[in-house]
Amino acid sequence: MIRPSIKGQRLVALFLMGFLLLNYPLLNLFAGSGHVLGIPVLYAYVFAVWALLIGLMALVIEKRED
Amino acid sequence: MLTAPIIVIASFAYVGLLFAIAYYGDKRADEGRSIIANPYIYALSLAVYCTAWTFYGSVGRAATSGIGFLPIYLGPTLMAALWWYVMLKIIRISKQNRITSIADFIASRYGKSQMVGGLVTIIAVIGIIPYIALQLKAISNTFLIVLDYPEVAMPHKQSAPLFLGDNTFYIAMLLAAFAILFGTRHLDATERHEGLVAAVAFESLVKLLAFIAVGLFVTFWMYDGFGDIFHRAQEVAQLTPLLTEGGNYASWASLTFLSMAAIMFLPRQWQVTVVENVDERHLNTAIWLFPLYLLAINVFVLPIAFGGLLHFPSGSVDADTFVLTLPISEQAPWLALFAFIGGLSAATGMVIVETIALSTMVCNDLVMPVLLRMKGLRLTARRDLSGLLLGIRRGAIVLILVLGYLYFGLAGEAYALVSIGLISFSLVAQFAPAIIGGIFWKGGTRTGTVCGLAAGFLVWLYTLLLPSFAKSGWLPINFLSQGMFGVDLLKPQQLFGLEGLDDITHCLFWSMLANIGCYVAVSLAKGPSAAEHGQATVFVDALRQSGATAGPRLWRGSASVNDLLALLGRFLGPERAREAFESYARDRGARAIESLAADASLVHHVESLLAGAIGSASARVMVASVVEEEPLGLDEVMNIIDEASQVLAYSRQLEQKSRELEAATNELRGANQRLQELDRLKDDFISTVTHELRTPLTSIRAFSEILNDNPRLEDGQRAKFLSIIIKESERLTRLINQVLDLAKIESGNAEWHTSDIDLREVIEDSVTAVSQLFKDGNIALTVQLPRQTPQIVADRDRLMQVMLNLLSNAAKFCERPDGKVTASLERQGDFLRVDVTDNGIGISPADQAVIFDKFRQAGDTLTQKPKGSGLGLAISRQIIDHFGGRLWVESQPGAGSKFSFTLPVKTGSELQQGFGT
Repeated sequence: MIRPSIKGQRLVALFLMGFLLLNYPLLNLFAGSGHVLGIPVLYAYVFAVWALLIGLMALVIEKRED
Repeated sequence: MLTAPIIVIASFAYVGLLFAIAYYGDKRADEGRSIIANPYIYALSLAVYCTAWTFYGSVGRAATSGIGFLPIYLGPTLMAALWWYVMLKIIRISKQNRITSIADFIASRYGKSQMVGGLVTIIAVIGIIPYIALQLKAISNTFLIVLDYPEVAMPHKQSAPLFLGDNTFYIAMLLAAFAILFGTRHLDATERHEGLVAAVAFESLVKLLAFIAVGLFVTFWMYDGFGDIFHRAQEVAQLTPLLTEGGNYASWASLTFLSMAAIMFLPRQWQVTVVENVDERHLNTAIWLFPLYLLAINVFVLPIAFGGLLHFPSGSVDADTFVLTLPISEQAPWLALFAFIGGLSAATGMVIVETIALSTMVCNDLVMPVLLRMKGLRLTARRDLSGLLLGIRRGAIVLILVLGYLYFGLAGEAYALVSIGLISFSLVAQFAPAIIGGIFWKGGTRTGTVCGLAAGFLVWLYTLLLPSFAKSGWLPINFLSQGMFGVDLLKPQQLFGLEGLDDITHCLFWSMLANIGCYVAVSLAKGPSAAEHGQATVFVDALRQSGATAGPRLWRGSASVNDLLALLGRFLGPERAREAFESYARDRGARAIESLAADASLVHHVESLLAGAIGSASARVMVASVVEEEPLGLDEVMNIIDEASQVLAYSRQLEQKSRELEAATNELRGANQRLQELDRLKDDFISTVTHELRTPLTSIRAFSEILNDNPRLEDGQRAKFLSIIIKESERLTRLINQVLDLAKIESGNAEWHTSDIDLREVIEDSVTAVSQLFKDGNIALTVQLPRQTPQIVADRDRLMQVMLNLLSNAAKFCERPDGKVTASLERQGDFLRVDVTDNGIGISPADQAVIFDKFRQAGDTLTQKPKGSGLGLAISRQIIDHFGGRLWVESQPGAGSKFSFTLPVKTGSELQQGFGT
């Protein structure tokens, strides 16, 4: 099975992006008392990044390379 | 309402449903119609990662550390992004080498070493038993809690005796029965259990739905949505930090790392991800679907945690039980039951898969190698060992569950769910250097791995497990505060004075330092042996090989087919062994087993089949017992590898050559086509020339014969005939001259007398030469020449030839009273352009395309008398081409024609050269 390596590279890039966004120090920027739609900003940030990451992974994997 | 019988019946009914699903899955697999062969079931089965820890423990941890529970799920999400490279490779290697457990994988990588396999197994069992205890604790506690419905009461420490008096023991044994029934039904070289996977996937679905149901209930029934819960929590002073702080970032990072390792190297994850994988393409979907599952099951963790903290008076209810106690306190019996079943799903799924994975490891990498070494047992002489293998595995399952139960009974009360789990995670992470290093680095050796694993294990023991024993009261507590032997630097949780880290991060740092340090340093100190090098190549280059081709080459020896068949039969059973051999013979195109050759390839095949059943290290020992193997030295292995790379290089060269050959063939084919075309043109030319020559010859001959046969012919008549003969002879001569001329020009042998010439003179001279012709035809000839033109370099006589040809053609086709021909010259940039325009009959577009071909004339040559040789224009075009110009015609039938040619003007540099010479 031939796997186009560009997908693998994109996924590694997503890993690096996720690792940076979900760790100190970027994470610390959102540790505060703010709210987004009633949800503490830290929770909203972490879950939003998480969902975004999964969405992008799905996009990379399922995209047909014509 | 929710009485004990109902709860027990519901639990048994649920487990019974699992049995049914597993049974159906196995039945379909036997029929060859798998129900698990799709990426969604695969992704769901990976969710066995979410245990009671997730179901109950996450809420408990969130209640004390806010979002700090989350790295355990973020790590796997991040890791999944790397699966494209890492997990795919592991799956590929495992399938190629029939590796069925994590211990087997590491042992196989490092020279099929029994010692490595054994060590990994021991570490895994020690690490996983607390984890199994955690599940049993969760089942037991939640059962007691739900039994107290409608009261919310925390269970007290068990006063009932262990084993027979304790419900948890019966639950453990029920799980053992399930694992034995669906995990060790028969020996299979691939160790796949379809029914088990189907049941696990179903359990994943149930626990997700149950958790979300409780989440929705708490968030939208008890409170008014997420905002409401968080808003109320905000107003309680001691909860505010949980809402705003990310917690300890070192701990956050280390938990992320731990869970990244755990999602790959927990034995149960290995079992479902690698061993139970039906098709490696399913991994693609799982890469995003599995993280999505994790996200879904975690959305309601924080609302439930805060809901519980707000609802119950501080400290009265264990936060680990909020998922269950919140529905109970709201008098929602069926939801409470559903939550209990969901937790049961989470716990049983983990226990079943984990014990099966561990039992395979214990049997293949711990017990069998020992038994096979005990010569007194004469195992090697037994005819059928498959029953013994299954027995060992079943025993191992029961033993592991009993150990888990004992741990639960003796130490389970001291810790929260998550803390127990993290102790397991920290130990499992010790496999990461050996595996990740093993599949990307060829330099890792057996000794290096043993040292690294042992060092990591000992550090884990000292900094995490012993302290947990001390806290449970099994060891003196001052071991923690004063260090071993009272040495301050040896305090297990501030080793060498390292302070400021939580116990998990502290352990992870020191154990990984020791593990990776020893692995790399010892590996580099003494390079790999021949066997290690061979396996390293098989593993590291797994994605490059098209199949398992490297294995059989690294072997030399002699064996007999019957010995190998008998050997395989002893472990798989004679029936299955015979089937395996027959299928191998079919693949090889051999008619029967007897006609197989016991070559390296067959021996390797048998070894890999055996490896599936008893592990690669034992398989190697068993095969060696029936095969007289000649040991390969490192030099020979290197030679074989060199040879292989030479063969590869040679085949690349061949490919290159074949490509070149193909290109050359194409060129030749093209050249051949051109040749054929030229040949056809030559034939056409000769036949046309012959035809053209014959016409004048025929008339010359005819008139000569008349003159010869009739001596008395009238003078007038005779003179007329003679003049025809002379005219035709001239035409013949001209024709022959032109043919020769054309042939010379085309072959490049023509003589060219180039000099600087003035085109105006050429035109004037030509006009003078044909003026009589025009007068005879009564055609007006106008010449339009500029006063001055630059000189050109050309052959004067040849240009005259072109002009004469064009002018006489114009005269020929313009024979009518108002016939008018114009010759003009003008400069166009770097070119001089000559136009010869007439108002004659014109040339049709079809003829325009061909009049420059040889022997082609406008009009129908069959019905009209030809007015020339048909070579004039062809020669003219050749001449103009030769001097770098262009000759063409523009014409419309009935409106006259315009023949034009251009010639390049002599440029400055040419002028200078001209003057210089």
